[in-house]
This record gives sequence, C-alpha cells and structure tokens, in this order.
Amino acid sequence: MLTDVTLAVLGVLAVAAGGAVFTVDSMARATYALLASFLAVAGIVLTLDLTYLAVVTALMMTMEMAIMGVFMVMFMMNPGGLMPMTMMHNTRGAAAVGVAVFALLTTGIWTIDWPDARGRPSRDSTHQLAEALMGSHMLVMVVVAAALFATIIAGTVLATHRGRYDRFGPNLDARPPRDPIPGGLPR
Amino acid sequence: MGEAALVLLVGLGLGAVFAATDHAVLTADAHGIGVPIRRATRLLLTQRRTTLAPDRLLWRIGCVAVPLLAFGSLAVVPITGSSLLSTTADLVWFNTMEVLLWGAVWLAGWGPNAVHALTGGYRFLAQGLAYELPLMFAIITAGLGAGSLNAESVVAAQDGMWFVVTMPVAFAAFLLGAAGFAFWGPLSAPAGADIAGGVMSELSGVDRLSVEAGRAVFLGSAAAMAATLFLGGGHGPWLPGTAWLLIKTLLVIGAMILAGRRMPVVRPERFMDVAWIVLIPATLVQALAVALLVISGYYG
Amino acid sequence: MMLEILLTFAAALIGVGLFGALSQQSIVMIMMGLELAVNGVIVAAASAWYFLTPAAPDAQVLVVLALVVMAVEMAMGFAATVAIYRARQVDTVDDAKDLRG
Repeated sequence: MLTDVTLAVLGVLAVAAGGAVFTVDSMARATYALLASFLAVAGIVLTLDLTYLAVVTALMMTMEMAIMGVFMVMFMMNPGGLMPMTMMHNTRGAAAVGVAVFALLTTGIWTIDWPDARGRPSRDSTHQLAEALMGSHMLVMVVVAAALFATIIAGTVLATHRGRYDRFGPNLDARPPRDPIPGGLPR
Repeated sequence: MGEAALVLLVGLGLGAVFAATDHAVLTADAHGIGVPIRRATRLLLTQRRTTLAPDRLLWRIGCVAVPLLAFGSLAVVPITGSSLLSTTADLVWFNTMEVLLWGAVWLAGWGPNAVHALTGGYRFLAQGLAYELPLMFAIITAGLGAGSLNAESVVAAQDGMWFVVTMPVAFAAFLLGAAGFAFWGPLSAPAGADIAGGVMSELSGVDRLSVEAGRAVFLGSAAAMAATLFLGGGHGPWLPGTAWLLIKTLLVIGAMILAGRRMPVVRPERFMDVAWIVLIPATLVQALAVALLVISGYYG
Repeated sequence: MMLEILLTFAAALIGVGLFGALSQQSIVMIMMGLELAVNGVIVAAASAWYFLTPAAPDAQVLVVLALVVMAVEMAMGFAATVAIYRARQVDTVDDAKDLRG
C-alpha cells in the first residue's frame, strides 16, 4: 500500500516536472525541471527494486542535465527568464499529436488483459542485470560499446572547428601548436 | 532511527575535524574544534544578504542540497560494520551523491545572478568533466576487486589484505576526485580567490553555513569511504571495527590536508589535460591490472 | 492495477515529450522533449519488469538501452547544434530547413 502511494506520488511528480520543462521561462529552471522529472523516475525505478538501474539513471541524468544547462544558457536568448518570451511553433498541432499518442497508449494500457507476473522476482536485481549483460545479452553490451565509441568520435569531429593545419600551420611544423588554451602538459 | 542519528553525528564530527585541521594548517592557529563551531554559530546568527533579481528557488535548492548529499553519501559507509543504507549498488550510490553535487554547486553559482558566482559554477562543471572519469574508475576498481558493489562486501573482501596494496593508483585518484567534488585544496578553483570566492562569493548567513558545512562533511565522508574501499574499513586487531574505521578515516583526513595544502590551486583547463592524458589511462591500467588479478584468483 | 497506473504515467511522459519535441523551435529544447519521451520508456520498462517478468532480465536491459539512447542523443545533438551554430549562427530548427522537401 505504502509502495503504491509512493509510486503514484513519484509518477505525478515526474509528469508535473516534465510539463514544467515547457512552461517555465527560465532555461535553468527548464533544465532542472527535467532533472527533477528524471530523479522522480529514478525514485520509481528504486521503489520497483531495481536499485542499480535507479541509481545509475540518477547519476547519468544529473551529469547530462548539468551539462545541458550550460548549453541551454549558451544557446537560448532568454536564459534567466527575466524577459518572458515564447519560442514555439505549431503549438496546436504538436498538442494534438501529444494528446492523440497519450490517448492511444492509454486506451491500449487499460484494455489489454495483462498477464500475471511470470516467475519469482529475482532477489538481487543488480546481479541479474550483470549476469545478463555479461552473458545472455552480451550482444547488447557489444553494440552499445561500439555505438558509444562512434558517438565520441563523431561528436568531437562535429563540434570541433580546428584541424591539424590550424594547430600546426600549413606545413604541419609549427611547434608548439597554436592552441587557444595552453593546457597543462607539454605538447 | 539510531543508525540515522549515528550517520548525522559521525558526519558532523568528521566535517568539524576536517574544517578544524584545515584551518589549523592554513593559519597556524591551533584552536582545534572550537573554530568551526564558532564560525558555524556566527553564520547561523548572521542575516542573509541578497542580490538583484536572484533565482531564489534554484539558489536555495542548490545550497540545501550540498549537506543533504554529503550525509547521503555517508549513509552507505558501513560505520558500525553495517551501513544505514545497504543496497546492491552502494558504490554507485556514493558516486551518484557526488554527481548530484554538480547540479547543486552549479545552482548555487547560478542562483544569485552574479558574474563571479556563475563563473565559479562553470569552473566546477569543467573540473567535474576532468576528475569524474578517473574517480569513477577508481571506485569501480574497488568493486571489481571485491566482486560486489556493496560496501560491506568490499570491506569483507579486504580481510586478508587491504585493497590499497594492489590499487594504489585508484586510491590516489579517489582522493584527488574527493578534493575535486568538494572544490577544496588544489582543485578549489571554483571558489578561487581570483574570482572573489566564486560559487561562495554571494553566499551569506545560513546559506553559506549550509554549503561550507556540507563541503566539510563531504570531505569527511569521502575520507571514510576511502578508508572503507581501500584501507580495509573496520579490519584491524584488538580494537572494535568502528574504532578502526574512525582511526583510518582521521589518518586519511590528515594525509589529504597534508598533501592538498602543499599544492597550489590548479587552473581548470590545465587540470583537464592532466586528467584526460595521464589520470584516465593510469586508472584504466589500474583497473586492468586488478581485473587480471581477479581472473588469476588472487583475491580468493 | 498499479501496472496500468504506472504505464499511464509513462504514456503521459511520452505525450508531453512529444509535444515538446514538436512545438519547440530551439534545437536544445527539442532534445529535452526527446529525453522526456525516453524517460517514459524507462518507467514502462521498469514496471514491466516488476509486474510481468521479474525472473527475466530483458526489461532491465531495455532500461540500459534507453539510458544509452539518451546519452547518444544528447552528445550528437549538442555536437550538431555547435556545428550549425558555428557555421551559420543558427540555433532554431526553423532556420535550418535546407533539406526540406
């Protein structure tokens, strides 16, 4: 019973914070509202006995949102929300799509005859996940590793605007390299 | 209930010891534990000043979160042999508390709507990107050696030998990370004097007390975690486990202050180079070495 | 009963996220909408694990995948935003419809 109340409260919090993301003026508040939504979801996952996944969700999302806040402040015209303005387009169409998807999913959720839980719950969900990722579901881990590595390289290539000719000059012989920030190690 | 009170008490005690020792080393003024208590009382009584158009909600959240996270991180340290929150992912929990600090410190810098405070918040994030990965690898190396993410199991796995013997690099990276997330000592650039105190510059009264005390408790809690992960926790002859853990924690605090206060403050962009080119490969090699030892059955 | 309620929360998160991703002009805000939608997926997968298949790890692995999707989405999104801003000082999708139709 207490678990049910906790889950319901956290669920309402997650959705409310998610709604706040698109209604508050300040970009810092929007970012941290999204973080609040993630933390509420982490709370739900924790209540459902998935300790490791809950903690890791909170960890990853906090880092993401902390960095996201920097980008939000950097790219938005109204970071502090001191000058109310909206940056929306096709609001009505978007709302219609959002509501339609929600209605469709909810109809499905409440009309499907869900089966009962199959099997006994694992006593140690962390161990269960670890065994799966390093055993039966190893392919997932392998693909994820390759995808993340590709992301690191692609992200760096896209985001950087200086190549080796900018650093080392046309003949690639400029030493030390012309870097905007000197850094802490000899180059 | 008693467990929670114990965590609170130990956290405050370790934080006060850290603050007092730090103060004594910096000023050669050995008034011991009285200094942080006097300072806390004064801050508690001082009226808060404010700035023009602050984001009060986020500011308060940031300030309050710092001590809460500090106590949250201490909750997974097995002080009496068992911890307040014993989960199957204690080490990740500790890591998460420390990462939530990214948000808290940035909010404390963003809230007052002041340039130096915001600069400090940005510096904290930049520094976080540098120390975070070595710190994560260091924590996970201890978990790797024990074959468990549970702090009590990590202590139990050090029955014969402390992990620091086979994981010296991880131990050092952990303490460096602790200095980083508490923006203290060589990594105190987010609160640096060159930006008039950075994230701390606009804090006064209760807010300042909250952040300063939270930072001290976090440093004490990190020392306790270092003793738990690498120095065998409560293992030791004659004395009870709790006493051993506290003795080791105090020694780690002493070592941190002794080493940390000998170094100059490092600029974030310089530290970034060192962290990514030296520390990350070093901690990865450390993790690889431990993994090979685990496979060879060294840890039993 | 609780499964349906939790899945409804998940559907609400997906709906709100979709609304945000479709209605916002700023590229960074669109990414926040997408993240919110994936957040709903995490709720759905976690409750499916607890209420339907607690003995199998598949739903847990799905949560891991959702986390990775968010990380990849954010990293590539920021990289693309920085790249297009560097090239043309563009930070909204309305100014970046060169590939349209």
